[in-house]
Amino acid sequence: MASENGCGLCKIKVDSIGVKKGGEILLSDVSFHLHCGELTALIGVNGAGKTTLVKSILGEIHHEGSVSFESHNGEKISNITIGYVPQHLDFDRSAPVSVEDFLLVGRTNSPVCFFKNKKLKKEIDEALEIVGCKELKGRSLGSLSGGELQRVMLANALYPLPELLLLDEPVSGVDVAGSEKFYEVIRDLKQNYHMAIAMVSHDLGIVRDFADKVVLINKSVLKSGKAEDVFNSQEFKSSFYSLNEGEEKQ
Amino acid sequence: MNLIYEFMSSVLPFSWADYKFMINAFVAVLLIAPLMGVLGTMAVNNKMAFFSDALGHSAFTGIALGVLLGIKNETISLIAFGVFLALIITRVKNKGRASSDTVISVFSSTSIALGLLVLSYGGGFSKYSAYLVGDILSVTGNEILCLLITFVVVIIIWCFIYNKLLVISVNRELAASRGIKTTVYENIFVIVVAVVVMMSIKWVGILLINSLLILPAAAARNIAKNSRQYLSFSVLISVACGIAGLFTSFYCDTSAGATIVTISAIVFFATYVFRKNK
Repeated sequence: MASENGCGLCKIKVDSIGVKKGGEILLSDVSFHLHCGELTALIGVNGAGKTTLVKSILGEIHHEGSVSFESHNGEKISNITIGYVPQHLDFDRSAPVSVEDFLLVGRTNSPVCFFKNKKLKKEIDEALEIVGCKELKGRSLGSLSGGELQRVMLANALYPLPELLLLDEPVSGVDVAGSEKFYEVIRDLKQNYHMAIAMVSHDLGIVRDFADKVVLINKSVLKSGKAEDVFNSQEFKSSFYSLNEGEEKQ
Repeated sequence: MNLIYEFMSSVLPFSWADYKFMINAFVAVLLIAPLMGVLGTMAVNNKMAFFSDALGHSAFTGIALGVLLGIKNETISLIAFGVFLALIITRVKNKGRASSDTVISVFSSTSIALGLLVLSYGGGFSKYSAYLVGDILSVTGNEILCLLITFVVVIIIWCFIYNKLLVISVNRELAASRGIKTTVYENIFVIVVAVVVMMSIKWVGILLINSLLILPAAAARNIAKNSRQYLSFSVLISVACGIAGLFTSFYCDTSAGATIVTISAIVFFATYVFRKNK
């Protein structure tokens, strides 16, 4: 799949997504394209509907519109594979599940506590190598640091190889060294696998450094384009700065 | 069965092996204990300890239902009601309107009350009080055959649902995002737990059944690092405590169920201290 995506012409079309909940409009007519080999940052103030958008793309909530994949020769796939890295995985840290167990369960139906296929074990070694976590294989999920856990989640999201990698504030609450390492891995992925990456982020510094494209959202798409263009736009200023002024006034 | 009796009494040089009921109980423990050990791991992982407790208590209503409907074999009404209740609790819990411990508590107390209400009608409750503590020495050869079939079926189902349950136990949303039908697998699991609990309740007792399910897994969890260790320790602890408890009860003349659970509890605390020191 990697070679097919390599042309950079294929894209994920997010087409007029709309979500209503109890009469309130959470999102309306959100449309944008996510190109392969590009990182698109989704930004917006709190309550702008970023999480709702993520859930719609994942198909977890009822929504209008569609998300589809279009390959370089115009072929359309409506049921795309999405690799998802959640914001903050809430789980029982005392659970005896090793990193290897966790990555194996996605790949096989035979109970991982008994059957460990050599080929799959090798695959897992490779997957952990990609995210720079090879040494974590035998550790239990609960003993990982925030940054390590997110990289393991990333390894998990990369199987089966997705058309779209969706990151929901992947390193919020992770220390600086941890998040730097995470973004290094993301940059490698973008270059080597040419997958489309969408990332929800609050950290505008990171967005400026890493994003090829930025989509500013507040219920609908306010502005999209290169990071510099969006950051200098009137829409961006009125979204973020008016809020800041408001806070200062308080 | 006769073959087993002869084999056992010739191979095992213990005085208990001369008694048929002890051999029956021994075989029953060898079947029930590993099942409980296996199912317990996921019950604990998915924070269902309280759920299975409520399930055990609901046995009262199951029996009462059987009496009302005139079903001769109480096990049938027990299992039917157990499965029904397990599915209802899971459904209400997943709706998420009230916190799950409240939901389970409501169902638990309601089913105890309802069962007691019916069974105590006309002052006849004492007939059923045997269910409270159970008696593993009352297992018959036919029942062991039933247990064996259940054992095989449960292990087969388990192999199919294990991986999915493991992902769900880590995080439901993550499992859903990977295309796992969480509700389906959860329902299959609670049905299996309900069937096993209800099948064994006659021998283990309403008051103790949950400890048999939860204690070995909880103990194993204290010392296990990965899912293989977790499952093997849980089964090992469950079987070892089951056998040790049965024999201790034979020689000390105590209730078998209570002795098994007490020994499991000791193992739990031992592993707990071990974890603290780790």
